[in-house]
Amino acid sequence: MNPAFSVIFLTTLIGVGQGLFLALYTGESYAIVNVLPSQSQDFYVWGSVISVAFLIVGLVASIFHLGHPERAWRSAAMWRTSWLSREVIVLPTVIGAITVYGLVHYMGWDLTTFGIKTGVDGDLTLILGLGGVLVTFLLYLCTGMIYACIKFLQEWATPLTVINYTLLGGASGFTFAAVFSAYMAPSLVNFYAGWAIIITLSALVTRVASLMRNAKIRHKSSLKTAIGVRDDRIKQTAMGFMGGSFNTREYFHGMSILFMKSIKWIFLVLVFLVPVILLSFAISQGSTNLLIAAFVSQYIGLIAERWFFFAQANHPQNLYYQTVG
Amino acid sequence: MSATAPDISAENNERIEVKNTTCYMCACRCGIRVTLREGEVRYIQGNPDHPLNKGVICAKGASGIMKQYSPARLTKPLKRKEGSERGAGEFEVISWDEAFDTMEQRLSKIRKTDPKKFALFTGRDQMQALTGLFAKQFGTPNYAAHGGFCSVNMAAGMIYTIGGSFWEFGGPDLDRSKLFIMIGTAEDHHSNPMKIALSKFKRNGGKFISINPVRTGYSAIADEWVPIKPGTDGALILALINEIIKQGLFDREFLVRYSNSAQLVNMDENSTEYGMFIRAEVGEEEACFDPQNKLWWDIETNKAVVTHTDDVEPRLLGEFALDDGTPVKPAFQLLVDQVKEYSPEWAEGITGISADTIRRLAYEMGVTARDQKIELPIAWTDVWGKDHETVTGNPVAFHAMRGLAAHSNGFHSIRALSILMSMLGTIDTPGGFRHKAPFPRPIPPCAKTPKGPEGVKPETPLAGMPLGWPADPDDLFVDDDGKPVRIDKAFSWEHPLSVHGMMHNVITNAWRGDPYPIDTLLIFMANMAWNSSMNTTEVRKMLNDKNDDGKYKIPFIIVCDAFQSEMTAYADLVLPDTTYLERHDVMSMLDRPISEFDGPVDSVRIPVVPPKGECKPFQEVLIEMGARLKLPAFVKEDGEKKYRNYPDFVTNYETEPGSGIGFLAGWRGKGGEKFMKGEPNPNQWQMYEKNNCVYHYEMPKSYQYMRNWNKGYLQWAKEHRLTRYDEPILIHIYSEVLQQFRLAAQGKTQGKQPPDHLRKRVETYFTPLPYYFEPLESSLSDKQKYPLNALTQRPMAMYHSWDSQNAWLRQIHTYNHVYMSPELGRQGEFNDGDWVWVESQWGKVKGMCRFSESVEPGTVWTWNAIGKAAGAWNLAPNANEAKQGFLLNHIISEELPPNEDGEHISNSDPVTGQAGWYDVRVRVYKAEGGEKQETFPQFETYNPVPGQEKRKSWLSYFAGKGKKS
Amino acid sequence: MTQLALVIDLNVCVGCHACVTSCKEWNTSGPAGFMSDDNPYDADPTGTFFNRVQTYEVGEYPKTETVHFPKSCLHCEDPPCVPVCPTGASYKREEDGIVLVDYDKCIGCKYCSWACPYGAREIDEHQKVMKKCTLCVDRIYDETLPEAERKPACVLACPTSARLFGDVHDPDSVVSMAIKEEAGFQLMPEWGTKPSNHYLPRRKMKIRIHEDELVRADNPLKKEGERPKVEDDGHTLDDVTSW
Ligand SMILES: Nc1nc2c(c(=O)[nH]1)N[C@H]1C(S)=C(S)[C@@H](COP(=O)(O)OP(=O)(O)OC[C@H]3O[C@@H](n4cnc5c(=O)[nH]c(N)nc54)[C@H](O)[C@@H]3O)O[C@H]1N2
Ligand SMILES: Nc1nc2c(c(=O)[nH]1)N[C@H]1C(S)=C(S)[C@@H](COP(=O)(O)OP(=O)(O)OC[C@H]3O[C@@H](n4cnc5c(=O)[nH]c(N)nc54)[C@H](O)[C@@H]3O)O[C@H]1N2
Ligand code: SF4
Ligand code: SF4
Ligand code: SF4
Ligand code: SF4
Ligand code: SF4
Ligand SMILES: [Mo]
Repeated sequence: MNPAFSVIFLTTLIGVGQGLFLALYTGESYAIVNVLPSQSQDFYVWGSVISVAFLIVGLVASIFHLGHPERAWRSAAMWRTSWLSREVIVLPTVIGAITVYGLVHYMGWDLTTFGIKTGVDGDLTLILGLGGVLVTFLLYLCTGMIYACIKFLQEWATPLTVINYTLLGGASGFTFAAVFSAYMAPSLVNFYAGWAIIITLSALVTRVASLMRNAKIRHKSSLKTAIGVRDDRIKQTAMGFMGGSFNTREYFHGMSILFMKSIKWIFLVLVFLVPVILLSFAISQGSTNLLIAAFVSQYIGLIAERWFFFAQANHPQNLYYQTVG
Repeated sequence: MSATAPDISAENNERIEVKNTTCYMCACRCGIRVTLREGEVRYIQGNPDHPLNKGVICAKGASGIMKQYSPARLTKPLKRKEGSERGAGEFEVISWDEAFDTMEQRLSKIRKTDPKKFALFTGRDQMQALTGLFAKQFGTPNYAAHGGFCSVNMAAGMIYTIGGSFWEFGGPDLDRSKLFIMIGTAEDHHSNPMKIALSKFKRNGGKFISINPVRTGYSAIADEWVPIKPGTDGALILALINEIIKQGLFDREFLVRYSNSAQLVNMDENSTEYGMFIRAEVGEEEACFDPQNKLWWDIETNKAVVTHTDDVEPRLLGEFALDDGTPVKPAFQLLVDQVKEYSPEWAEGITGISADTIRRLAYEMGVTARDQKIELPIAWTDVWGKDHETVTGNPVAFHAMRGLAAHSNGFHSIRALSILMSMLGTIDTPGGFRHKAPFPRPIPPCAKTPKGPEGVKPETPLAGMPLGWPADPDDLFVDDDGKPVRIDKAFSWEHPLSVHGMMHNVITNAWRGDPYPIDTLLIFMANMAWNSSMNTTEVRKMLNDKNDDGKYKIPFIIVCDAFQSEMTAYADLVLPDTTYLERHDVMSMLDRPISEFDGPVDSVRIPVVPPKGECKPFQEVLIEMGARLKLPAFVKEDGEKKYRNYPDFVTNYETEPGSGIGFLAGWRGKGGEKFMKGEPNPNQWQMYEKNNCVYHYEMPKSYQYMRNWNKGYLQWAKEHRLTRYDEPILIHIYSEVLQQFRLAAQGKTQGKQPPDHLRKRVETYFTPLPYYFEPLESSLSDKQKYPLNALTQRPMAMYHSWDSQNAWLRQIHTYNHVYMSPELGRQGEFNDGDWVWVESQWGKVKGMCRFSESVEPGTVWTWNAIGKAAGAWNLAPNANEAKQGFLLNHIISEELPPNEDGEHISNSDPVTGQAGWYDVRVRVYKAEGGEKQETFPQFETYNPVPGQEKRKSWLSYFAGKGKKS
Repeated sequence: MTQLALVIDLNVCVGCHACVTSCKEWNTSGPAGFMSDDNPYDADPTGTFFNRVQTYEVGEYPKTETVHFPKSCLHCEDPPCVPVCPTGASYKREEDGIVLVDYDKCIGCKYCSWACPYGAREIDEHQKVMKKCTLCVDRIYDETLPEAERKPACVLACPTSARLFGDVHDPDSVVSMAIKEEAGFQLMPEWGTKPSNHYLPRRKMKIRIHEDELVRADNPLKKEGERPKVEDDGHTLDDVTSW
């Protein structure tokens, strides 16, 4: 596939936004059981604002992918069958949920405000946040499934696609949370940085697993099945047009194998190796700059990772578009 | 589209108009139905009621919209800017009046002094009836169309043998055939009909064999592909003949009765009649037919008898002596002698086809012809008065085109093919080859050129046809020294039977002033500065070359074109033509009509949209010029213009006053009640219009077969003025015509004799029976250095050079590769897609290679005429056609290397003057890393000319005003 | 239920591209408006087409088959492109199984094209909506056309009649008969899309000559007192025994 930058930005940005919210909520729930020091409402309010901002910027990026953004509202119609449609519904829901979560923090409401006494501090945000967490995971699922459900895009058609989306989004969100907390809640830095390392390492495991899986893929479609001729020596001599078409622009990245390989190593380094090292140093040295560097590295790495994710996917349609002649 | 049913009613209101006309995206001339919406072309479909294409259309035909609205169109008469160089393409707009005045001044002066200084040559046109008439009336011999560089070998080789030919004059009857052998054909003129027929043939279970160095297009669906080395088909066919004779697989009865096989040939080497048929009595032989006064050797009585004597069975083989002691042999025996050495094993070494395959092919042909006979219950009578209850067909059909024709040994290969077809008994029979009216013609046809310079006189029409069919050396168009009268040297001793002229040598000869300089060259519908010239780079220089006095070597060039081709840039005067959708045209019986096997068919074009800008049909230009120059056919007695316009001309013109023969054969006579012959009918056009623009006369079944010898048909043809004689047209297995040239070359005849330096040449190539020789260029090339053959093929979705301006077609063929076996890449250490040089002894071109398993490894090929000069056709200067596409013509020469026949001998078949396009030898090698990734050669970029539309950066073609988006 | 489709006979397709351009000309002025072309006269011209013809080579010289292969939307019975469309713009018609795009609903997200394994959809770069073969719905039901012409433009155009059109669910239709008789097949059956369009394979005609067909009583050479030649190299009994 030819990677579409709008989609790359969409998925990476909302990934961070979603992860950040998960981090906020994790922090808050730990605080409630007093494993972590509790934080000011400001922390959650600003955290939610930033998370929503990521999601909205992602959403805006995705608009560039559409031919007719003015009709985007129509895309909620087919939620029964379309993961894209589901994403289109869930994404605003997530934004809404996080907004409400932030708003409640901002207002300082809890269930007592509505006359329900639970005796737990922040009970309302905890419940609302839980809803938010559920839809956030649902969004990871939707986003991942958009790709994973296309069965003949064999590089994508695996649960690992969803898991990677979730873990990579989570990792970048927690890394960002570490940066954020350095400013708003220094006591949480190590907590977030620690989790960021753990999630990043888990993501490393699953991402490498998917790389290994994809390296071994035997594509079910071949020129034989594509044109229905039983012979191993089939070669296309002409695809029927010479100046390119949608089919050559959308599905071919046109980059060399060397470039592909480099991108792979670049993202492995930038997404996993560099952040883990920087985060570790940041924990030991308490350096905000290192945290920032870790996030920047990871985010740039994620752009590369997503590029690679697209580029590595071999669409069976490509069998039909191999030779200009 | 909305979810509900599409709004069809909007399509179906009064904004829609449907008109019939005839396509001219190529020379096939299918019937089309054009739907217009608010006057814009909405849909062009095949006309289902047209006999030729029966409703189908091809890629080009269906892209007519993009031709009509192309920004490459010329819309105004143009004059070369004072002081600008030819080729620079700098023009200023002039009025038609000025254009006509300019031409009138020049041409009337020429006509008054020396009419041959005006040369009119036309390319892919189909109006030779009118252009030929104009030239003849003007009085210039210097007229021809593309035939000489196109496929004259096919026409001449077959017409001199069977009186008809493939091309537009006949074809394979695939409806009934069981075995079809296609040789050297990629697309051809019978484009849609061939495709219709091929698929029917395959579905009926016939076997289709393709003999071609390349497997694309039609060959792709062949049941068997026989890859052959280019230029060697003659060897293959002669070996097939050899094997068929050896196994006795020929149709003896057919040969005896319908060919000259059994006729006795004088074998007395000392006689001036050596190699000529023995005549029973010498009658007046002047007329244009074979007198039936030859002899057979009767098996029973062991004596010579007059041919076709009742109940006589003649010998085909043997050697006899006449009563006066003259040794004689039946012509067939001479054929047997001739092919004796041509064994399959011999042919294997030349063609690259195994001897086993050659034998098998011979058996398949012979056995299918013999054992799968078709008997149609159609009674007919032959010219000798014998009644036949049935028509018998031996269902083996052939088709061949430029793969045979475009080699300098093509004439003999095609003669051999015609003989093979005749031996199998498949001439004008069901399932074999079938003629199309006005064929068959006498061998050779009657039309003749003047016989010498006295035929060309000031202010006088030419004393003969500009093109004709020499029957013997005396028919040549040469002066007393044996030198050519025509600028292209056609009908001279260099190429005696160049029956379609030799357009490919016109520019070079005119430039060199050999045989003489000319004044004005008018080129109509030919891109001579590009794809229809050999040696294009040099020809472009010649067009722009000046004498020491600073005057152009070719003083004045007029080009009539519809588009900004490469050629228009070299014009001093550009005449913008209409497109086929804008003009009246006729596909006339006087030219090359679109006849069917079952009878004559002609057709017309009727404008469906008005001419763009100031475009004017070239026909109108000729009618106007004819009147201005007072050419007899175009003016009344008082010198006034005779015809209002072209349609008026077509309606009223008669070949002779009162002859009743005109451009159109249908609906003649006052009320349209006659056909072929009859007074002019003022409503003829309307009648064509009402009838799908086509007139089709289906002959009685009994006239549809065996026409060379079919009494009924021949009398009918004579009655309807298709021919002058109703004499039988015997197949010339043995060609006396050629033998006469040979005798002349040997100095054994009284008449015209070749100049000494050409004696050997004529003697060598004018053999009465076909033989195989290596193509001339090849034999004069260093084959170590240039081990490969280079060919072009026509792509089905592109017509020569003229479709690159078509926005849809150019997406299919945007540029061209050199196709070759991967083996060549291995040897030359380059990969698929790499830039390579293709070099001949004449020059080199650079292009990208594409490996292919469907090409004979000694051959490289490319699609024809896809490459373009930068900026031509109103394409962007960096268009792929110019930067990645290339033209093979740059490395093909119009002349042979100097050799014993002379210094400036055309690179053509020595018999017919057919251009030897496919003889070029090349080598390929990798372009070095540092070289520009761009084709070579490159030329200076053309700018658009005044009157052209600006090219759009994107198109949203939608017919009719109420555009939707 | 009806499932309209094309059946394409690779046995007779000569790769002429008539179906390509006739499709374009019919549809560019169709009810949905133009099909754009970019750089029509510049470098790398490109445009929206519903149908393309490709060429493949199978095998190695000299046993090469050249296969011309036209491809448009296959109107899958289980079209993966439809359920993924978020707007419902892509749909399959109940009544005749044609898969269509409602251009008024399409947001141009390209997702459906990702979900088509055949590369049969193309976005129009100027209308910004996804397009594909419509099976010429605007022709096949148009009662103002003569009945014989209520067929897709490409089918009418095809000079070799390699393109058959009809209902593949009707066992008696031309298309079903052709599929049955000529072993019609589907493209990429491995994905369960069940394309409605089928292809008919190459078939080969052979002639077998038996030796006795070469030796016959009515051989014309006999009339000349000759017999067909028998190769006379090699040994005979005379060379090896003397009895
Ligand atoms: N290398 C190589 N060269 C070849 C051949 C080959 O096989 N290989 N084939 C040869 C053969 S057989 C042929 S016939 C020639 C053909 O070569 P040409 O006769 O040059 O044919 P085209 O390039 O198709 O068109 C000639 C001109 O006609 C113009 N034209 C198109 N429509 C109209 C119209 O309606 N009116 C007027 N006035 N002009 C119009 C075009 O713009 C173009 O400039 O090429 C020859 N050249
Ligand atoms: N679409 C389209 N149709 C056209 C034209 C066009 O430009 N485009 N041009 C028209 C014109 S003017 C003409 S003259 C006709 C020509 O029609 P064709 O004769 O079909 O034209 P070519 O493309 O020259 O085809 C020559 C074929 O012969 C093969 N060949 C070359 N050398 C040899 C050989 O030595 N032996 C054998 N057996 N085969 C050989 C080549 O591989 C090629 O397949 O087409 C007409 N029809
Ligand atoms: S074959 Fe095609 S281009 Fe030629 S006349 Fe017929 S429809 Fe027109
Ligand atoms: S071919 Fe592609 S676009 Fe057409 S129905 Fe099947 S999946 Fe959909
Ligand atoms: S591009 Fe249009 S038709 Fe395709 S999935 Fe998106 S909205 Fe649906
Ligand atoms: S059915 Fe119609 S839309 Fe589909 S490929 Fe054929 S012509 Fe084009
Ligand atoms: S029109 Fe027919 S023969 Fe030509 S490419 Fe299309 S399917 Fe093949
Ligand atoms: Mo030609």
